[in-house]
Amino acid sequence: MAEPASVAAESLAGSRARAARTVLGQVVLPGEELLLPEQEDAEGPGGAVERPLSLNARACSRVRVVCGPGLRRCGDRLLVTKCGRLRHKEPGSGSGGGVYWVDSQQKRYVPVKGDHVIGIVTAKSGDIFKVDVGGSEPASLSYLSFEGATKRNRPNVGDLIYGQFVVANKDMEPEMVCIDSCGRANGMGVIGQDGLLFKVTLGLIRKLLAPDCEIIQEVGKLYPLEIVFGMNGRIWVKAKTIQQTLILANILEACEHMTSDQRKQIFSRLAES
Amino acid sequence: MEEETHTDAKIRAENGTGSSPRGPGCSLRHFACEQNLLSRPDGSASFLQGVAEKSRERLIRNTCEAVVLGTLHPRTSITVVLQVVSDAGSLLACCLNAACMALVDAGVPMRALFCGVACALDSDGTLVLDPTSKQEKEARAVLTFALDSVERKLLMSSTKGLYSDTELQQCLAAAQAASQHVFRFYRESLQRRYSKS
Repeated sequence: MAEPASVAAESLAGSRARAARTVLGQVVLPGEELLLPEQEDAEGPGGAVERPLSLNARACSRVRVVCGPGLRRCGDRLLVTKCGRLRHKEPGSGSGGGVYWVDSQQKRYVPVKGDHVIGIVTAKSGDIFKVDVGGSEPASLSYLSFEGATKRNRPNVGDLIYGQFVVANKDMEPEMVCIDSCGRANGMGVIGQDGLLFKVTLGLIRKLLAPDCEIIQEVGKLYPLEIVFGMNGRIWVKAKTIQQTLILANILEACEHMTSDQRKQIFSRLAES
Repeated sequence: MEEETHTDAKIRAENGTGSSPRGPGCSLRHFACEQNLLSRPDGSASFLQGVAEKSRERLIRNTCEAVVLGTLHPRTSITVVLQVVSDAGSLLACCLNAACMALVDAGVPMRALFCGVACALDSDGTLVLDPTSKQEKEARAVLTFALDSVERKLLMSSTKGLYSDTELQQCLAAAQAASQHVFRFYRESLQRRYSKS
């Protein structure tokens, strides 16, 4: 691009806000603005539409839309803050315009309340454990938030913990527990001995945890295994032998970049041997 | 005695400690001085005037700070490490583009994308966008702009050399037009990345 460029000013059409509905499933970039459904009528072509003023006070139907990850409310529009595909989920029941969010590929985890994560105990201090969950701060875990917590059965430094966040926002240190609201463990707690913990991207975890994911079904048919998924990008896997464990870890890490045909090939080759 | 020393000091200031001639009443760049650094010689000193390296980092940092939504991550620092693989001209513009792509890849929330565009003015006043190292060396002035993606607003400008006010406006308009190509390239490469999944 080293030729002299013409200095004539081109008309710079700034990107106009698009309707969210038309962009579903497409890649959106930070800085784009999206219009919600009920605002599309007001915009119109060129934005200069004249409508007669209605004299009877008709309650304008407002639809309540939830702004998910990657979107921020900016005036009465949605501002995209992360790059990814725009997704929408219809509301199950009742009122509401559903949820909009941006499906982005990210490696860094930011704690969110209610997420189940795998953490590594790094320190004991006073009444609490400090657990590394891959965020910017270690989370705190109380001694008493395990099912049947006694002086004997406590995690040690270096143990793996599967728990969920009860407090996770940008202003406070995240707190996690290993019991649910009824006081039962429900699968949470200290993760057993052996096995392998490895890290993958957050998008892959969400893909693997989707309801009808064929990868997990195929992996289950291959070898008997135990597997734990943490929303912070960590997977713990354990099979009968070390070799099988390593094979499973490699398959799951490579799943991100393979198409489903390549994956089926690899599984069939492994099943034969 | 007092008067003599006073005069001496005045002459020293007028000669200036800077390499380029500066008019009276202007401020000098930042100085730093260290003495007796080396043990073997009888005396040694190091004098640092104007830190070019630090200023490029500061420019990139200020551009990133203007665009990143820092309020979503309080008490957190975001480190951007840029490694120069090869310098073929327009280095600052290339650094800005790389920093923007890296921030998008990391999933840092931003209010807009930004891009860097460099242009050089040679002795006849011809404008060259994205100059090579040779063109930069022979140019009368080199201007680098950082523009945001929403309304092509100017986020940062760094200029070196001699140019007039109209030339500045012309360069800025040309950079704004060129930034469309850069943003289109961003969009295509990000779409390609997401199409693989």
